[in-house]
Amino acid sequence: MITAALLVLQRDLLLALRRPILVIQPLAFFAVVTALFPLGYTPELGKLRAIAPGVLWVGALLASLLALESLFREDAEDGTLEQFALSGQPFAMLLAAKTLAHWLLTGLPLTLMAPWLGIALGVPLSAMPGILASLALGTWTLSLLGAVGAGLTLGLRRGGVLLSLLTLPLAVPVIVFGARATELAIAGESLMGPLYLQAALAVLGMTLAPLAAAAAVRIGLE
Amino acid sequence: MTELVVNNLHVFRGERHVLRGVSLAVSAGCCLQVTGVNGAGKTTLLRSLCGFIETESAELFWRGRHCAFDDLEYHAELGYLGHEAPLKGDLNAAENLRFAVGLRRKVASAEISTALAEVGAAAFADRPVRRLSAGQRRRVAFAQLKLAGSRLWLLDEPTTNLDVAGQQMVAGLLTRHLAAGGLVIAATHQALQLETGLLARLELGVTS
Repeated sequence: MITAALLVLQRDLLLALRRPILVIQPLAFFAVVTALFPLGYTPELGKLRAIAPGVLWVGALLASLLALESLFREDAEDGTLEQFALSGQPFAMLLAAKTLAHWLLTGLPLTLMAPWLGIALGVPLSAMPGILASLALGTWTLSLLGAVGAGLTLGLRRGGVLLSLLTLPLAVPVIVFGARATELAIAGESLMGPLYLQAALAVLGMTLAPLAAAAAVRIGLE
Repeated sequence: MTELVVNNLHVFRGERHVLRGVSLAVSAGCCLQVTGVNGAGKTTLLRSLCGFIETESAELFWRGRHCAFDDLEYHAELGYLGHEAPLKGDLNAAENLRFAVGLRRKVASAEISTALAEVGAAAFADRPVRRLSAGQRRRVAFAQLKLAGSRLWLLDEPTTNLDVAGQQMVAGLLTRHLAAGGLVIAATHQALQLETGLLARLELGVTS
């Protein structure tokens, strides 16, 4: 069972390696969106620092949504998901492995990129560990939520907009606590409170989302 | 021995009653050929046997055990090949097989090359699958099906896109699978070129 999940993970990473453009796109999108704020709002560092948590989180959320539609779509179209469902392995487990691969390819790179964009927004270096921790947890929860949404919109020809509409409201707690943790990190205060809540959300997502995604994908296979 | 028994399978697609009480039984070493006019429900029958489609009031017995269509142990012994070859375009044939078969059992790379040679795919095994023709992809899909080692094969139009040599290759694969005690249900209009003793027929869309 674990071997099968690792194999799925390995396969998705190899596929991404063959087509790196799909990994780079959300990152470029994140960078461009963040870079627009100093241009559109004000280049004054003090003011930028004040909006930095919101900018980083909304940017990361939209960028990860961008990559979400492709999570299951290609595998559904070429029949791979059907083979997963028939493999005799727990379907939710295989989809969880796919979700993890998706996070490693979007959420993690977005997280690692955030400090650099933070510097451009005048975020002090001392805040970077906090930002990394909270974004890592937050993007993982977003990937899990997104897997459920991607499963539900699988049967639709163009599910992109609906997928965003389904996922964004569910992402509200993630963004509230995430932005709060980032704000505290920038102010140099302890961010453990919101970080614990983020971790709780991530654990809740890990226990429920793969099962919900599996049920949703099964409906999509019909 | 009769290993697969399905009783009274009904499938509704929206308002349409597609399968009206299909019953079938297949023994080890036998092939059931499902025929019927277009739209008679051949694909629907195969997909509901895989558990992809919701069925009503159907009973399934697999090797004497009453089980559900999405039973994990039943699935572990079932190989399904639909219209599309379930392959990733960016990977080559050997990589595709390694990942797909690896989900079911441990597989050595020597086994993979033997299986690819058996279906006549050795010459293009290292090309990305997206560059292969539909017939070539079909051959790779057969190598995958064979390697997975499933007991029950569900094949939807197995010989589409294949040339004459390819069709003979499929007939050979099926014959060996049946000889080893496997079961096959194939939905196709084409003759399967099997010995008559092994072949039974089920025609959908007629009331008996």
